Amino acid sequence: MLIKRKTADVQRGRLQAAIAGLSSGVIDRRAFLRRSGLVAGGIAAAGALQIGSVRKAEAAGLGPATGTKIVKNICTHCSVGCTVKAEVANGVWVGQEPAWESPINRGSHCAKGASVRELVHGDRRIKYPMKLVDGQWQRISWDVAINEIGDKMMEIRGKSGADSVYLLGSAKFSNEGAYLFRKFAAFWGTNNVDHQARICHSTTVAGVANTWGYGAMTNSYNDIRNSKTIMFMGSNAAEAHPVSMQHILSGKELNRANVIVFDPRLTRTAAHATDYIRIRSGTDIAVIWGMMWHIFKNGWEDKEFLAARVHGMDDVRKEVEKYDPKTVEDITGVPEAQMKRAAETFAKVKPATFIWCMGVTQHSVGTANVRAICNLLLATGNVGGMGNGANIFRGHCNVQGATDFGLDISNLPCYYGLVEGAWRHWARVWDVPYDYFVTRFDEVPAKGGRPARTAKANMETSGHTSTRWFDAANLPAEQVDQKDNLKAMFVMGHGGNTIPRMPDAVKGLEKLELLVVADPHPTNFVSLGGRKNGTYLLPIGTQFECSGSRTCSNRSVQWGEKIVEPIFEAASDYYVIYKLAQKLGFAAEMHKNFEMVQGKYGPEPSAESILKEINRGGWSTGYTGQSPERLKLHMQHQDKFDLVSLRGAKGSPVENDFYGLPWPCWGTPELKHPGTHILYNTALEAGNGGGTFRPRFGLTRERTLADGSKVNDTLLAENGSYSLNSEIRDGYPEFTMGVLKKLGWDADLTPQELETITWIGGNAIDAVNWANDLSGGIQRVALKHGCVPYGNGKARANAWNLPDPVPTHREPIYSPRVDLVAKWPARPDERTLRIPNLHTTVQKAAVEKGIAKSFPIVLTSGRLVEYEGGGEETRSNRWLAELQQDMFVEINPADASARGIKDGAFVWVSGPENNSKARVKALVTERVGKGVAFMPFHFGGFYQGTDQRGNYPKGTDPIVLGESVNIVTTYGYDPVTAMHEGKVTLCQIAAA
Amino acid sequence: MARMKFLCDADRCIECNACVTACKNENEVPWGINRRRVVTINDGKPGERSISMACMHCTDAPCMAVCPVDCFYNTADGVVLHNKDLCIGCGYCFYACPFGAPQYPKIGNFGTRGKMDKCTFCAGGPEADLSPAEFQKYGSNRLAEGKLPLCAEMCSTKSLLAGDGEIIAQIYKERVVKRGYGSGAWGWQTAYKETIAI
Repeated sequence: MLIKRKTADVQRGRLQAAIAGLSSGVIDRRAFLRRSGLVAGGIAAAGALQIGSVRKAEAAGLGPATGTKIVKNICTHCSVGCTVKAEVANGVWVGQEPAWESPINRGSHCAKGASVRELVHGDRRIKYPMKLVDGQWQRISWDVAINEIGDKMMEIRGKSGADSVYLLGSAKFSNEGAYLFRKFAAFWGTNNVDHQARICHSTTVAGVANTWGYGAMTNSYNDIRNSKTIMFMGSNAAEAHPVSMQHILSGKELNRANVIVFDPRLTRTAAHATDYIRIRSGTDIAVIWGMMWHIFKNGWEDKEFLAARVHGMDDVRKEVEKYDPKTVEDITGVPEAQMKRAAETFAKVKPATFIWCMGVTQHSVGTANVRAICNLLLATGNVGGMGNGANIFRGHCNVQGATDFGLDISNLPCYYGLVEGAWRHWARVWDVPYDYFVTRFDEVPAKGGRPARTAKANMETSGHTSTRWFDAANLPAEQVDQKDNLKAMFVMGHGGNTIPRMPDAVKGLEKLELLVVADPHPTNFVSLGGRKNGTYLLPIGTQFECSGSRTCSNRSVQWGEKIVEPIFEAASDYYVIYKLAQKLGFAAEMHKNFEMVQGKYGPEPSAESILKEINRGGWSTGYTGQSPERLKLHMQHQDKFDLVSLRGAKGSPVENDFYGLPWPCWGTPELKHPGTHILYNTALEAGNGGGTFRPRFGLTRERTLADGSKVNDTLLAENGSYSLNSEIRDGYPEFTMGVLKKLGWDADLTPQELETITWIGGNAIDAVNWANDLSGGIQRVALKHGCVPYGNGKARANAWNLPDPVPTHREPIYSPRVDLVAKWPARPDERTLRIPNLHTTVQKAAVEKGIAKSFPIVLTSGRLVEYEGGGEETRSNRWLAELQQDMFVEINPADASARGIKDGAFVWVSGPENNSKARVKALVTERVGKGVAFMPFHFGGFYQGTDQRGNYPKGTDPIVLGESVNIVTTYGYDPVTAMHEGKVTLCQIAAA
Repeated sequence: MARMKFLCDADRCIECNACVTACKNENEVPWGINRRRVVTINDGKPGERSISMACMHCTDAPCMAVCPVDCFYNTADGVVLHNKDLCIGCGYCFYACPFGAPQYPKIGNFGTRGKMDKCTFCAGGPEADLSPAEFQKYGSNRLAEGKLPLCAEMCSTKSLLAGDGEIIAQIYKERVVKRGYGSGAWGWQTAYKETIAI
């Protein structure tokens, strides 16, 4: 939209021209300025340069061809996937230009994206490997670091087992880094490997995948331009995903779309909404069911869609009957008229999309919240088409990819699970005997009344979640369902202030024998607690210092090129994982399929070859068509893609492809599947980006009728619902060799494909399926006949395998409405993954102790636009840090005046557990309702009033420090994924 | 001849501060100086609106009128620039400016001010275009490179527009007509002494 105007010849190169004459050769713009001083007088400034040489250089080389190179990478902050265009001269990143050609951001950035160049100036980065010796940081070499860490890991392995080492990965890894780290965990022999998806959208993945097949955003940011109704719940996109608002606000203007925001706060997103509906934190299910009540009562549901593509909506209908407007208003605080208007709009003004984020997921009922929303989408027929769908905005730049590649306690890469078949599949891809992996896992002795587990059983048992890593260190050994408690944490790219109950985390940290933090910045793990020894800091380059692909929220995979070499003594993720594997003795086996290239410090696997291995194994998720060559071609031709449909233009090298080949991109790269822009979209052919709901929970389900007789309901699609031009004009199960034979389509397989299938299947060849056929033949043949490889099934309104198959409202663990707890209690105590999950015990104790009286304010948390995640990286960026220099709590004027709190004054926020408290500034605002407080979660480095700046190695402390909200947040874990309840607890606030 | 102007579409601005950090990034503006900032009114209340403000490069610039050393000048594109070699850091321009654009580095004790710094519309200063001296004192000269100010180019929602006044006014008009409402192009009338007729 902006107009370019040329007055002079296009020139670039003032800085390069200036630095070309300097003897050092390499200088960045900052150093350059430091020498000259931006505001100093002209003569004095010029004096710092060798004027003669500058003139000479200018004469020789002013103009565009002075060696400035343009390199494209992807912003490392949220999941929108903005292209960053870097100007590099002499190996220094000297300028950032808008990437107009990217269909995702069209040149735009938010505060974080516009300042990423600062990350590789890195004043506050970790400069070299360090270890803590009696409380003092000592510089060590990479070799010493890797040796000592490896020896200690082996010692712990010998004593306590492989499961006692926790491998905490990162949503900032490239896809290749994430995959490599997961593979590393498999070779080490543990499923205790996790990353930030646990704390952002693990409940989304569980809820959504259990509804219709895959745990991901169904449409895209761009597609929201087609929506006529846009509903937000627990998402503040204006601060958390600012560039997405470009598409949302444009769409709103073009379609005169309704934008409805449900949130306890009047957020910056709500400021641009057509309707803002304030709800009480932790009542999401009651809100959704409240809307559904109106939808069912008035017959606004999409009956055709339900009959053809959804199973079990009648069970939901029964539950929803309990949520009449009066009950709902009592629980949520939303008046009937408002609720009815929202419901009617969502059901009638279609296409309607639902956007949610951590306001929905971070609850002890997170998975159920997500399931309720899925049901709203299903009931109104708002899935699988343009402008509708579940638009789940994920948090980090590659949290989708890291989830896809199984940085997760319950999955191998690409959601294969942990069953024997899954292990055998990856063992084949990795070309390592399956039995090798069995030998790597611990045998777990019988304890706490639980039977013993063999190594094989342990290998198939989900690991321990990152939300409660400290519980695995602190709890009595018999309560922790693994060989021994946690003894070591190897943390690559994960903050230490991102999960509740930090006082317990401090205790956990003190119990660890080994703590390794491998990160560009020291993170809060280093400043917390009082560790004196056994702590290592390894400097890692950011993703701007590393090549690789990353998957944004809409499943588009984008290739980023390394902009500069890792600065200081930082190394790449690939190098560090390789070196550690080498030290632990399995590098050769682990890297045998990779091309080893010369990195900064020596050989490391090339990102391209890692992606190619992923392509050979990622059949279940359609990660097979995205070869590095195709991804690079997309980056090169970004301007050829349509802004709304994301299709490549006719006649271009990327014709017909969707931008970034959003998964599933079926078959081999040679098959040229275009990727899938919109999941479950039956309006397109399967081979052209179409899809159906995935039948993964059986083919029929028994139902008991009122008279006691039983019928079997089909779980396959009905009433002529299938993807365009499918040769099977009905529902069908997933494709296996057996199904191909029955259809007579096995004749379409090539001899080579058949050979591979025979090799995999042995004497049970019929069982080889679309997801483990390494030849891709089964997928190719299915697509050839217009069929989706995973089948054509129904979405499940009733997910009978989950703890709450049909969601029901449950009061938060720390509820302000004690009177509602009896009717809507938390789930009974249970074990979630490897440890106890005491929902009822904790909730009951809170009621009995009268917590709601002494801690009367509901506390919720969220993001600020300037910072991201734990915030160390962004709080170390001076351009961002300047904008947000203080941790604060938002408090309503009524609550503030009742407590004598002035705007800007310090207050103590105290939490109901561990006598926790945090000293922060008060921001008195009507943004939060009466009785509600909000704190951002990006701060760290202060602990209960104490400044911990001294705990950071000198020169690596972030510019801005502050108390973490998670000092005062509390217990509460989702029964499926152990997601913490970060979005609702109770607190008290007093003037400091 | 083009007449360069800024326009912030307040219905699009989400206070993401991209314009602020883009400016810092492009011009290497030091801590404490903000050539551009985002102002939010009715913060946290219904009707909350944000606008990104910097030097508006006024048609009849008050800073220019009051400067005792006459260090300001207008470029052919209508950009208001100043000469730091002449500036005495007196602060008059700050009092005169309706938008709070002029900034002063703190250079010593007793509140002494350094030479004024402000948004240059990414057009550098009086030194030779794209010379190191120009960059040191004023930052980038994107206009000379055939580009527009980075703040507008990087705006997350295309709220902040920069360019030839006639063209950006046209863009804004089209938007208002399409969406059916507009909260006004704030600051436009003050800076440019004209309204956008819709």
